[in-house]
Amino acid sequence: MKRRSDRVLDGWLWFAALLALALFMAFFIMLGTESRASVLRFGWRFVVTSVWDPVHSVFGALPFLYGTAVTSLFALVFGGLVGVCTAVFLVYFVRGWFRSWLGGAIELLAAIPSVVYGLWGLFVLAPWLQHTLEPWLGRWLGFLPLFQGVPYGVGYLAAGLILSVMILPTVTALSRDVLLAVPRDIHEGALALGATTQEMITHVALPYARSGIISALMLGLGRAVGETIAVTMVIGNRPEISASLFAPGYTMASVIANEFTEATTHVYLSALYEVGLLLFLLTVAFYVVARLFIRGIAKTEGNV
Amino acid sequence: MLRKSTRMAVSGLTLAALVAATGGVVGAKTLAHARKADTVKTLTGAGSTFDYPFFSRAFYVYQQKTGVQVNYQSIGSGAGIEQFSAGTVDFGATDVPMNSDEVKKAQAHGGPVIQIPITLGGVAMAYNLPSVKQQLKFTPKALADIYLGKVKKWNDPEITSVNKGVKLPNLPIVVVHRSDGSGTSYIFTDYLSSVSSEWAKKVGKGKSVNWPVGIGAKGNEAVATSVRNTQGAIGYVELAYAMQTKMTYGLIQNKAGVFVAPTPKSIAAAAATKPNVSATNFSIVNAPGKDSYPISGFSWVLLYRHYPDAAKEQALVKLFQWMETDGQNEASAVNYVPLPQNIRDSALAKLDTMH
Repeated sequence: MKRRSDRVLDGWLWFAALLALALFMAFFIMLGTESRASVLRFGWRFVVTSVWDPVHSVFGALPFLYGTAVTSLFALVFGGLVGVCTAVFLVYFVRGWFRSWLGGAIELLAAIPSVVYGLWGLFVLAPWLQHTLEPWLGRWLGFLPLFQGVPYGVGYLAAGLILSVMILPTVTALSRDVLLAVPRDIHEGALALGATTQEMITHVALPYARSGIISALMLGLGRAVGETIAVTMVIGNRPEISASLFAPGYTMASVIANEFTEATTHVYLSALYEVGLLLFLLTVAFYVVARLFIRGIAKTEGNV
Repeated sequence: MLRKSTRMAVSGLTLAALVAATGGVVGAKTLAHARKADTVKTLTGAGSTFDYPFFSRAFYVYQQKTGVQVNYQSIGSGAGIEQFSAGTVDFGATDVPMNSDEVKKAQAHGGPVIQIPITLGGVAMAYNLPSVKQQLKFTPKALADIYLGKVKKWNDPEITSVNKGVKLPNLPIVVVHRSDGSGTSYIFTDYLSSVSSEWAKKVGKGKSVNWPVGIGAKGNEAVATSVRNTQGAIGYVELAYAMQTKMTYGLIQNKAGVFVAPTPKSIAAAAATKPNVSATNFSIVNAPGKDSYPISGFSWVLLYRHYPDAAKEQALVKLFQWMETDGQNEASAVNYVPLPQNIRDSALAKLDTMH
């Protein structure tokens, strides 16, 4: 027999947990019903064609899918690499006040509102890319399709860089905490066997912490995929697929932010909802893949 | 306190005079209305972001004068129409009048709708060519061809032929347009559709269109920044914004063949050519007259002809009667264009049909 206060607490916890689930379902159902008109009208063409023409009610969302994928993956690779390296640096190479100071500064990057990132991107980053970095990349690496074309400043590269900075605090803080949780005796064991610090990090600490680091990267990716306003301000908002990182592009979140308020016809609004639905499904897919990945790692570790 | 009591005394006197003058049933009805209207202290509106700087100033002045506070949310014209049609706000504001489908939807909620012009907007063509000191001239065809991607360089004959004596560089043209759905884009594409049949057929007019070339920037400030940062860029921005930020913008050839700069005067001249403007026939792009600037348009306020709350209805009528008269003076202070007299008169006549 449970005490009365226990039962109240139980009930409350159940309610809180189910509320989250109910909200998730409600979002899914709302996006599904609202995008029905668009799904029925365009079918598969919606995700494989590239024309987005509100005047003539023709909608193909492929450039948005492409733009979201390119900018998020760029951020995952670039921001993820810098983030994990910073975490390693914080854990193994500095101590004391400098570690907490630097860690705090990086975590504070997360407190900057995304619109401020966007403004910084537009007023500082984009002109710098346009006048300095992009011409330089074009000169030395212009043989790669990635770095060809007119430097506009705004485009995939600007969006990818902004997103890299934005996911940095998440990736760094979580990776650092995971690395700090690696048991001391494992470190000391490796060092006692004659490993250098570098070998200890690459062969012992990072493999031990990898499921946690992958979770950190996935959380960063989640933020990059859904980021709206900062990207909208620097990506150039052109629904076109281009191999060059200099070219202007478009993301799913950006097109919703740009066009939702002024979308008047039913099918137009429905098409925007469908973009929202795809974004939602993409986020869920990322999450599931990350979970499976982590579970796979946990299993192999269990077998060792 | 003092001001409030004076006002009450004045309105009391006015009422007394009114009752004395009219007497009988009519007087009693007006009295009831006026008394109730005085009790409405807040009104809500939503819509056009373009109207916002003008509204926030005008509504502030109105509150100082009358004590009636108007809460206006600048959430975009489309969302303004939605909220107005759902009855969550008292009035809506939009850069493009509601079409017949939208009117039907609103009518289903609140009965007949009236749409009145409230202010004017012009679109300036801003560009970035540091080596060019003179103000450039653009023909309608050149503008259409630039935005169609057919004219690609600044020294193209289509541009040089009307800019004799100006040394135009051999520089690629970087086209910039708005990425967010906006009334400014609507006016601009409406203009291009009216001067180029190819544009009308291929692209058409709308708040968001499928732009053949160029990069999209969110809002006037992002368009302005992109133009400023990029040599050879051209972009369209709201005139009030271009004037406040002192951008370089071009002269546009109007229907009469004259090259005209966008100014409050030239935009008012275009508007005045259409005294019988209505929600179904509202376009003033490429207006006739040698003083008319060709890229401009009205912004609109949406009201129901009848509100269940008579006091609120009276308060709304009073507010917009003021907006169509003295309120217009507040427009020029924020670089907006006051409506010409004939447009104000027709708007006031429409307000009179509210009951």
